[in-house]
Amino acid sequence: MEIPKSFLGYKRENGRAGTRNHVIILPVDDISNACAEAVANNIKGTIALPHSYGRLQFGADLELHFRTMIGTGCNPNVAAVIVIGIEPKWTKKIVDGIAKTGKPVEGFHIERTGDIGTTMKASKKAQEFVMWASEKQREECPLSDLWISVKCGESDTTSGLAANPTVGNLMDKLEPLGVHLCFGETSELTGAEQVCATRGATKEASDKFMKTWSSYNDFILKEATDDLSESQPTAGNIAGGLTTIEEKAFGNFQKIGNCKFIDVLEPAEEPTKGKGLYFMDTSSAAAECVTLQAAAGFNIHLFPTGQGNIVGNPIEPVVKLTANPLTVKGMGEHIDCDVSKILSREMNLSEAGDELIKTTLRVANGRLTCAEALGHKEFVMTKLYRSA
Amino acid sequence: MATDIIIHDKKDNVGVVVIEKITPKQDCACWIMEDDSSTNIQSVDEIPLGHKIAMVDLKEGDTILKYGHDIGKVVKSIKKGEHVHVHNVKTKKW
Repeated sequence: MEIPKSFLGYKRENGRAGTRNHVIILPVDDISNACAEAVANNIKGTIALPHSYGRLQFGADLELHFRTMIGTGCNPNVAAVIVIGIEPKWTKKIVDGIAKTGKPVEGFHIERTGDIGTTMKASKKAQEFVMWASEKQREECPLSDLWISVKCGESDTTSGLAANPTVGNLMDKLEPLGVHLCFGETSELTGAEQVCATRGATKEASDKFMKTWSSYNDFILKEATDDLSESQPTAGNIAGGLTTIEEKAFGNFQKIGNCKFIDVLEPAEEPTKGKGLYFMDTSSAAAECVTLQAAAGFNIHLFPTGQGNIVGNPIEPVVKLTANPLTVKGMGEHIDCDVSKILSREMNLSEAGDELIKTTLRVANGRLTCAEALGHKEFVMTKLYRSA
Repeated sequence: MATDIIIHDKKDNVGVVVIEKITPKQDCACWIMEDDSSTNIQSVDEIPLGHKIAMVDLKEGDTILKYGHDIGKVVKSIKKGEHVHVHNVKTKKW
């Protein structure tokens, strides 16, 4: 198949391109959710991103909070941002971080004004932003403007056999065309960590990966009681035939095809070494992982599933694929790309990879994903430890 | 030719059922992805889609190989054709 050289995206002020054109209402903290949701309810075409944190965090946990907030606002799938927080200082910090992209952003704080006054002021600005954004047109963008993140979920053995290798096939075909790629799921590489480390493009990248994995593994071993074997693999994984974390890890790892990763990113860290594949230190929980990847600037997500994970994200479209024919049959409304014919050998991996490229481009051009049509908007902040 | 079981790597001692289920004493056609070769096996247990079958006899302490790699240890002996899963294989990690 000849791979198209471009897609239709929204060009942003900083040179990036979006596959979506959202105007978001971003609460800085948990107690500002109500106001953010009131604004989104007033002004049609905007979307609020409520979440559970943002108070009394400190150290690396607070840094991650800001990085995720600012990164979400900076994502090229976002046209403009309203930031609402309880206090002026942290609100301004997030506004200033997003403003560096050149996109419209304005912050409002609730203290001294209250929810109703703040909702009114923020709604007026949100209306202005959404009407401005609605005139943006999709334009031809080079394929290299695609930043593709990947993560699998509710995996079973069909994931490792077919759906994950399909993503790997897509990576092998698109990496030479200059796209950015990202995989994560630190804990789910356990058992395959040594093999994964050999896929670093440089010794520095390999060493950084092993350091990241070891530190996560030490943490897991320290905190775990006898419940770990029920979490990894999950009950769904086991029902699907996955027996051990090692088996899950080698299946997971199929997603990167033959690519080598050029750097290891902190959670929600924007890649800065140019095109190519990156590993990000993330949880293996679907919504947390996709939220971090979106905050790092990735503009389209590929999500292979076995038993049928249904996750979505408010700003980054999540494309689902599966090779499990029972999942296609039972919950087809969640599946954007069916590659189950690999199992019956009516389709080979390269054909499946081509199908996924076609689906990815249709979604990049504007076709809604199943998760978008079904209203999945899971925005889940990663929290590193207890607040003060 | 219909395939009932797919094996990733020639070194693997387990295969994955890729039809809805296999029944006891079913003669199954296996495809080895790595070198596009074929083999056969007769099942002992009923095994559902996505679950693993032992391609050889395995004894306690043996290593299960899938993708050509170590994915865990046998904790209860397994006969060729039997179902391989959490009841007879455990992780070496956690």
